[in-house]
Amino acid sequence: MTNAATAPLSRAAYLRSVAAAMGGGIIKAFNANKTSWVGLGGFLIVVLLAVLAPVIAPYDPLDQNILFRLKPPSAEHWLGTDFYGRDTLSRILWGARISLTIGLLAIGSAMVIGTLIGMVAGYFGGRTDIIVMQVMDVLLAFPSLILGLIVVAMMGPSVANLVIAIALTAVPPFARIARAPTIAVKNREFIEAGRALGYSDLRLMFGHILPNIAPEILVMGSLWLATAIRVEASLAFIGLGVSPPTATWGGMIREGFENILDSFWLALFPSLAILIVVFALNLLGDGLRDAIDPRLRGEE
Amino acid sequence: MTAFVLKRLGFAVITLFAVLTIVFFIVRVLPGDPAMAILGDQASQGALNALRARLGLDQPLYVQYFQFLGGVLVGDWGVSMVSGRPVIQEILKVLPATLELTFVSLVLGAAVGIPLGVWSAVRRNKLPDYITRIASLLGLSFPAFVSAVLLLLVFAIQLRWFPVISSGQGTTLSDRLRDLALPAINLGLIMAAYITRVSRSAMLEVLNQDYVRTAHAKGLAFATIIWRHCLRNALIPVVTVVGLYLGILIGNSVLTEIVFNRPGLGKLIIGALNQRDYTMLQGMMVIYTLIVVLVNLITDLTYGLIDPRIKYS
Repeated sequence: MTNAATAPLSRAAYLRSVAAAMGGGIIKAFNANKTSWVGLGGFLIVVLLAVLAPVIAPYDPLDQNILFRLKPPSAEHWLGTDFYGRDTLSRILWGARISLTIGLLAIGSAMVIGTLIGMVAGYFGGRTDIIVMQVMDVLLAFPSLILGLIVVAMMGPSVANLVIAIALTAVPPFARIARAPTIAVKNREFIEAGRALGYSDLRLMFGHILPNIAPEILVMGSLWLATAIRVEASLAFIGLGVSPPTATWGGMIREGFENILDSFWLALFPSLAILIVVFALNLLGDGLRDAIDPRLRGEE
Repeated sequence: MTAFVLKRLGFAVITLFAVLTIVFFIVRVLPGDPAMAILGDQASQGALNALRARLGLDQPLYVQYFQFLGGVLVGDWGVSMVSGRPVIQEILKVLPATLELTFVSLVLGAAVGIPLGVWSAVRRNKLPDYITRIASLLGLSFPAFVSAVLLLLVFAIQLRWFPVISSGQGTTLSDRLRDLALPAINLGLIMAAYITRVSRSAMLEVLNQDYVRTAHAKGLAFATIIWRHCLRNALIPVVTVVGLYLGILIGNSVLTEIVFNRPGLGKLIIGALNQRDYTMLQGMMVIYTLIVVLVNLITDLTYGLIDPRIKYS
């Protein structure tokens, strides 16, 4: 930003080359471990179903029909109905929207805040690094579900509070992940060169270090999205999810659990939904991590 | 060694102090009035004020903070706002049940996870490796309550091999084992998934080392090389991960205790949350943090036992 006359052109060209390299790198990373494609496919299908829920859900997820209570799967209700006669399939489709919204918002914000904290700690080093990382370690000492549980219980179970609670537990791991490669990259020649040219710390951090550490952070993001969806479902199961009658997967399992002796499908289908999306994200993140981890390179 | 232990202890104390501070303020600053939670929203202002005074909630925040810190130090964790009994007693009453479950799950996880991880690494990129990798990834995709519900559905409700509700109060060994079996299998399998993965990658790194090639060259038995030479060196990351995942295990034990209706810290914390029992919540957080900090300390000290080359400098 210090060199206003020449920066825009060279910067645009630079960013184009970074984007091209990253684009090629991403395809290569996916091809290195084919299960990543399976994971990505599975996840995108779930996202598509969630987005299209208002169009494809056969019934209104909140419509009660007392005459059709606790019906097993049938032609009218593919996945059966719950205690209030609501259609399980429609509730699972709508529930996906809640899980994905909370997961994406929580991990998106944790990724931005955690990466910033980690980069600042790693880039400036010294006392800043020690203090910041000590705070992160203290937060890491908390069992994340317990921390989430307390925050949501105290603040009330709304989408915003769930996002805050889950993001809070995910910030320290991102800070850790961003810090290590920042330290490794900051001493490389191209950063030295940038510094010699008088680039500001901000420009070096965001223009030059961030693109280099982005792949690792994005991979962590997909793995943590899986964790966030699991934690959201767990909180809903405990009774700390988005309030009923809104459909959430964890809440559906909780209701199904109360009727487990005679209507096991109520707990079974939302369980499978969570399992599918979390497994798909884990396949995606795990495959990509193998591809970008230099220690594992050449393994496939 | 002494300096190392002291340094680690110092760090543990700082962490504990920081967490206590965070816990105190989280519990106090967030909205929700404990007096109203106990007496209900129909209670008169006079009754509410009297209860606040009795609980010390009318004192300035900093006074409450120092009273809390002092109390924790001398083992006085306050009395439960709901039951009126000392918090530490309530916690100690159920702690053994949770520790028993966590410990058995950990042992089960290691007993299944380490051999599977080694097998997978030795058969790298062959069918057993693929199956193990997919199975372990699936294992860690299960939210603990989902796997608990599925286990309950199959083994307790359909097959009737185990009780649907484990009392956790069984007196004979076989009763206790029957109560413990499903919850421990649930947590143990999730733990096994984590341990399998880290054992596999740690073994893969070790298998390519020169000394392993030398061991092969001098004609050592394959099993001796794998179990005595490789595994011992691969164990450090495994121990680290086991220590790190204790937090996950504790979180999962809460869910498992709820599904299996087993007494323990999990049920206690849910009760405390529902009734806004602030002193109990504080005590629970203190005990959870104590456990995590203690396990991290033990994890660090275990390295030396596994690898005598580590000098704790």
